[in-house]
Amino acid sequence: MKYLDEFSDPDLAAKLFDQIHATVTRPWALMEVCGGQTHSIIRHGIDQLLPEGLEMIHGPGCPVCVTPLETIDRALAIARRPEVIFCSFGDMLRVPGSSDDLFTVKSEGGDVRVVYSPLDALQIAVDNLDAEVVFFGIGFETTAPANAMTVLEARRRAIPNFSLLVSHVRVPPAIAAIMESPSCRVQGFLAAGHVCSVMGTGEYPALAARYGVPIVVTGFEPLDILEGIRRTVLQLESGRAEVENAYQRAVPDAGNPTAIAVLRQVFEVTDRAWRGIGMIPESGWRLASAYADLDAELRFAVTGIRTAESPLCRSGEVLQGLIKPHECPAFGKECTPRHPLGATMVSSEGACAAYHAYRRLELVEVS
Amino acid sequence: MSEELDFEGWSCPLPLRNTPTVVMGHGGGGAMSAELVESLFLPAYGGAARAELGDSAVLPRPAGRLAFSTDSYVVKPMFFPGGCIGDLAVNGTVNDLAMSGAQPLYLSTAFVIAEGTAMADLARVATAMGKAAEQAGVQLVTGDTKVVDHGSGDGIYVNTAGIGVVPDGLHIGPDRAWPGDVVIVSGDLGVHGVAVMSRREGLEFDTTIESDTAPLHGLVADVLATGAEVHVLRDPTRGGLAATLNEVAAASQVGIVVRERDLPIPADVRDACGLLGLDPLQVANEGKVVAVVPQDDADGVLDAMRRHPAGRGAQAIGTCVAEHQCTVVLRTGLGATRVLDLPIGEQLPRIC
Amino acid sequence: MCLAVPGRVLSVHDEAGTVMADVDFGGARKKVCLAYIPDIEVGEYVIVHVGFAIQRLDEASALETLATFERLGILEEEFGDGFELAARQAGVQP
Repeated sequence: MKYLDEFSDPDLAAKLFDQIHATVTRPWALMEVCGGQTHSIIRHGIDQLLPEGLEMIHGPGCPVCVTPLETIDRALAIARRPEVIFCSFGDMLRVPGSSDDLFTVKSEGGDVRVVYSPLDALQIAVDNLDAEVVFFGIGFETTAPANAMTVLEARRRAIPNFSLLVSHVRVPPAIAAIMESPSCRVQGFLAAGHVCSVMGTGEYPALAARYGVPIVVTGFEPLDILEGIRRTVLQLESGRAEVENAYQRAVPDAGNPTAIAVLRQVFEVTDRAWRGIGMIPESGWRLASAYADLDAELRFAVTGIRTAESPLCRSGEVLQGLIKPHECPAFGKECTPRHPLGATMVSSEGACAAYHAYRRLELVEVS
Repeated sequence: MSEELDFEGWSCPLPLRNTPTVVMGHGGGGAMSAELVESLFLPAYGGAARAELGDSAVLPRPAGRLAFSTDSYVVKPMFFPGGCIGDLAVNGTVNDLAMSGAQPLYLSTAFVIAEGTAMADLARVATAMGKAAEQAGVQLVTGDTKVVDHGSGDGIYVNTAGIGVVPDGLHIGPDRAWPGDVVIVSGDLGVHGVAVMSRREGLEFDTTIESDTAPLHGLVADVLATGAEVHVLRDPTRGGLAATLNEVAAASQVGIVVRERDLPIPADVRDACGLLGLDPLQVANEGKVVAVVPQDDADGVLDAMRRHPAGRGAQAIGTCVAEHQCTVVLRTGLGATRVLDLPIGEQLPRIC
Repeated sequence: MCLAVPGRVLSVHDEAGTVMADVDFGGARKKVCLAYIPDIEVGEYVIVHVGFAIQRLDEASALETLATFERLGILEEEFGDGFELAARQAGVQP
């Protein structure tokens, strides 16, 4: 793909690695916020080739991983209803709820369908007027515009049998929560590139100033990640703590004002409990009250949800970068991708899944 | 065979000469079933079908060891760019036989059809099977048809079982790989899976990619004719190359190292996978072979493959090693290493 | 999060009142909603996530970034101080 493949060039990657090696004089700990960045780092083995002492701490930017357990259980309850066609991104299908997951519900006869876009779910509603179609609207700020536009479309076309179960999360409050944690070791951030494509860079200077950390807006291909790391390390080595944009081809400083306006219209900020981490104030978006008629949470009053997280699961600590996946005693034993205890072992970009899929070898050799 | 109406009782309509859809009576073993065989299956199979219609096919016993394989085909959608379930059903079993080094000879074809399936669709599938069988040089010698309630099935499911002959002295199997062996793949990876995905509801996209479904016994025969000591032959279907390599590593108790830069993944497959968030190494192939051969035989095998129409894009992609037994390791384009894991279940498109 | 890929806009059309585009991703073509990038032109590139164009891809910037990578190391030899260079690139007084 043009403007994608070029950013995997191994020769240019080698140059960037050299630059990073030449710059680093002492240990640093950086956090890449976005799960997609984690996936890229582990998949290409970038962290293996960084200087000793330069550590990548994997952040909580995996919406699949942080969707509250109660929301998952609510989704499962709705999906089990015989009149419901439950539509979701593929990522959510194997996320464990308190007792099962969407895949199991599907295998037991629930109509659960994977869609690529929320507009596909809307079309399913149009094509199945005798069913109630519910779309699972999860994601960070990158995905929120798509879900918001779908809400507006459903309203504009007066589609009666469509609703959304919304559970959006926002990055800047998560960065603040991570820095507020007493055991935080993060000294610099690679900000999530596509989140910034939508929201711009405006929310980050205050964070950089408040916590004294460099924040570099970073993309997802190997060269983008290396450039983000390079610029962050340069700042750290020279004692700077500023916001930089290393993903300029996809991130204008102002982001996408059209999208931002629609987000403000369709969603309202809410406190959100991040699975495994806990309540982060004002870190989520829910449907604005003007769109209550499209809110699946209201349309299907699900009661009696009693959440039960596995007592062995330490996803939260992994998501905050406090432990690495293999430092969890259940890793690879009670908890595997086939029998996951938590969401980080399920999501394609969850750190536990990435370590189990890609790094088992070194971990076995080390232990 | 009874001339009475179907055995299904009151729920079935009168049999008509030209029913546009399949009904329960077509699976009842009576007049309607016979009609289906005479008017649809036999003409569709053409030259590939044996004319006799007994309950079982009595065949001459070939000299040598018999290879026997069966597979059921449930692909959705039934029709996809480059082929249909019928092509897969014939080529798939032909290829399973070929992976033991066998010359495929005879196939049975059994159908489970959902009531209401369009007769035209059934005819298309059967015609494709006839053509595929003719191209592969195998005969369709016996079969069965059952029809199920509209809610119990979805379109057409096909089972094929096949018999072939294995030449003496051949011992090919997933447990025969040795450290030092070279891993070869016969051509472009990920093609079939992407072609099917492009037509799947909710994920459709336009592409020129067509399934690579093809019979492979000719290619295998050419490889064996080089005199190479072939250790393993596998066709990387469900689960893709990743599944196949992990199966071989586990069965042979070896480690396998694969070089990412040498993997023949065409740009359009890579881009389509990038669009949906799929890993090309987990995507099914229906016209490719993975061969594991001693290092000394590798060049000869590559040559033989490349001279065959089904093997033009053959590449050596890795080696078997004594270390990290049962684990497949990928050397990434950047020079790092990671494990290439056994896929779990069906690969789903992702947004993250 | 956020698997988003760049694609080239082949054509723009209206579908039930929504602006949609046919976008080419290296051979695979898909319909994409352009509601958030309304002034895009055929031939330009967009970043697409779950069926929506969320941002324009700045081709000049992409090429410039690649050129910067090519020049890495060479520039350092010329200017002598990587930190100074980086600061200048970041638009900050070193």
